[in-house]
Amino acid sequence: MSLTLALRVAPQVPMEAEALTFDRVADLSESDIAALPLLHGNEKAAVGDFFKVSGRANGEVHLEGDLGRVKYLGAGMSRGRLVIHGNAGMHLGSAMIGGEILVKGNAGDWVGPEMLGGRIIITGNAGHMVGSAHRGGTIGMRGGEIIIHGNAGNETGNGMRNGLIAIGGNSGDFTGVNMRAGTIMALGGLGWRSGAGMVRGSIVSMQPAELLPTFSYDCDYRPVYLRLYLLYLRELGMAVEDAWIEGEYRRYSGDSVELNRGEILLLNRQKLS
Amino acid sequence: MPDTLRIVNGRVYDPANGIDGEVRDICISDGRIVASLPQDAPRLDVNGMAILPGGVDIHCHIAGAKVNLARKLQPEDHRRDPHPSTAVTRSGTGGIVPSTFATGYRYAALGYTTAMEAAVPPLAARHVLEELHDTPVIDKGFYVLLANNVFLHRLLREGRREEFRNAVAWWINAAKAYAVKLVNPGADELWKGQRNTNISSIDQTGTGIDLTPRQIIRSFIDVVEELGLPHPVHIHCNNLGHSGNWQTTLETMRTAGESRLHMAHIQFHSYGGEPGKNPTSKGPEIAEYINTHPNITTDVGQVMFGKATAMTADAPLGYMLRNISHNKWINADVECESGCGIVPFTYQEKVYVHALQWAIGLELFLLSKDPWRIMLSTDHPNGGSFLKYPRLIRLLMDRDFRNEEIQKVNPRAIKKTVLLDNLDRQYTLNEIAIITRAAPARALGLKHKGHLGAGADADITIYEENADKERMFNAPRYVIKDGRMIIADYEFRTDHEGRLLHVAPAYDAAIEQKLHPFFDDYYSIEFANYPVADSYLHHHEIVPPVKAAV
Repeated sequence: MSLTLALRVAPQVPMEAEALTFDRVADLSESDIAALPLLHGNEKAAVGDFFKVSGRANGEVHLEGDLGRVKYLGAGMSRGRLVIHGNAGMHLGSAMIGGEILVKGNAGDWVGPEMLGGRIIITGNAGHMVGSAHRGGTIGMRGGEIIIHGNAGNETGNGMRNGLIAIGGNSGDFTGVNMRAGTIMALGGLGWRSGAGMVRGSIVSMQPAELLPTFSYDCDYRPVYLRLYLLYLRELGMAVEDAWIEGEYRRYSGDSVELNRGEILLLNRQKLS
Repeated sequence: MPDTLRIVNGRVYDPANGIDGEVRDICISDGRIVASLPQDAPRLDVNGMAILPGGVDIHCHIAGAKVNLARKLQPEDHRRDPHPSTAVTRSGTGGIVPSTFATGYRYAALGYTTAMEAAVPPLAARHVLEELHDTPVIDKGFYVLLANNVFLHRLLREGRREEFRNAVAWWINAAKAYAVKLVNPGADELWKGQRNTNISSIDQTGTGIDLTPRQIIRSFIDVVEELGLPHPVHIHCNNLGHSGNWQTTLETMRTAGESRLHMAHIQFHSYGGEPGKNPTSKGPEIAEYINTHPNITTDVGQVMFGKATAMTADAPLGYMLRNISHNKWINADVECESGCGIVPFTYQEKVYVHALQWAIGLELFLLSKDPWRIMLSTDHPNGGSFLKYPRLIRLLMDRDFRNEEIQKVNPRAIKKTVLLDNLDRQYTLNEIAIITRAAPARALGLKHKGHLGAGADADITIYEENADKERMFNAPRYVIKDGRMIIADYEFRTDHEGRLLHVAPAYDAAIEQKLHPFFDDYYSIEFANYPVADSYLHHHEIVPPVKAAV
């Protein structure tokens, strides 16, 4: 029996639960886990005040219930698997190093901020600032993968330096703003001003997009790496059409207010067979 | 905590009174040190510990508009370093520019009980006073920026010497300042008026104000002497940070003649080489001048590797640093009286210029022959946080540690210095007590601080002796402020409100008739609303004028 923490008392105000990572609970007994600290609003609380703890971790930890008000789940996690059966709150997987977080629901803003490694999968939608730098910081996600089957909000991949963000639906405004490197694949559409201030890296979309005038058209081509990425996403269960794998992409380079070494690739729908 | 306390069995380091490590009692009554107490007075046994006066930081940037802008500019720095509350202290944020509460507590936790905010335009004085009121434990004051003041320039230009003196005194009173600060005299107006320009010589003409920096500097030195302010002119010279600026520094010191002058963060002004090219060290030449001129005092402005934040009234310097760091930055105009530049910065061991700056600071410390005139500072947070003071003290006291650290930094830079030329000096604990306590208190004219003689403020720090001086100075076991036990056994025991220290030189009120129309014409604030009201003072002390002691 794997370890399960079932929400039995819904938090009335946002709760900070940095203790709820695989690393912290993996080797603890039920009573020790129940005694771990939480911050409920501005009051100290314990895991046991809100969760019913049962079982023991065998490589996985399951959280059950609507945790949309619970922040910092899986923050700093370095190993193991955290499965959330319901919604997750803000700062999910903040500065995560390794392991996997699976959310069977929606996630709030700030999924995987300044993440270093590991994988986060959201079956629903995510909020703003996915894989971003914290406010004031210049470097966002440095490694790992964030896979969102639904839509994502604004400023996805703000300051991102490495890794992969894949969004099955639409990505909001300023996708890849100030991006240093890495890859953002928005299989749906891109919002306004995508790639603003990007230095390097790739932003890919299967839908037409209105780009900033500081991006310039280069060519139409079939990037080999993109096929590999799309096949990988299909393996992860995302709906990837064959035409995208075989299709041609229009390449735009930018942002010319920076180094002009980033790229936005838009599927050339006119040449779809 | 009783009103009286006898501290027994500790080794006392009180250089102002010629006491160097003697075991003797220190008696406290009603917030002051007294010669004796009845035998049945409460005792604190500090056997095996070192007793020093509370630390005095003569030059730091801890409050006000520019400091707050630097805080707002770096939220990423604060989130890494929360400062939790305790049962007796309040919470805050740390990082390279801590919040007000955290600043006071962290200074106290280093054993410092007085700190001077070193650069405040009069327009920001209200903000500074509000923040200093919120900076707990320590006594504090600030220096008012007057070297780029348009009205004062006009008086100087027109030879209205008497009015100039009265206007300077009026401005000190209006701001509730402790001393006069000159920053890159004459350059801010040039910077504002002509794109990307700066002053490169203190005899430069054509600056748009028909005054040379030398004229401005000499005028302020004279006026501060005439007003009898306890601290002399505190100057950030022209040309800070530029290769070859040592000549400007020497000329600035020569301008003082035999008058007192405090040279701020002298390390940043001790560079050889040609402008626009890599600097070399002129630390030995600058140290030699200071050694032979007893009218000069200085704080070093040591660079410490790691995160820093350049914050300065030297607006063109802010622009220069921004072009080096390519980081986010702020450059601001302060109406008719100053400029401002703020640039987050990181000093790195392997970078030639940074390593050279670090080494020049150490040269200045180690070549100085009179610890009473060279004081410890990092120009917090410009050269590094005040929290790096313990490490700096270890660099000065522990030759082996210093040599190990020298091996880690850019070797090309070290070769440009004399650090490896048999510079084996190790500071004694008594000398550390001088450069961190007794000397800054004396230079500031604070007769009740920096020593443990009868009548002194009962600001006392007690350290567990430790061969590792960084560890020793990182955490005093006891800190007593105004006779109250603030820290005992390394824990805060109570909160405390320190005093604002300021001066109130006399002036002829007729000067206000001259100032009023200028404010009507050029300021965004009504003249009547400009001087800071006494209600901003709270717990304060007016330090009386003294005759300048040359």
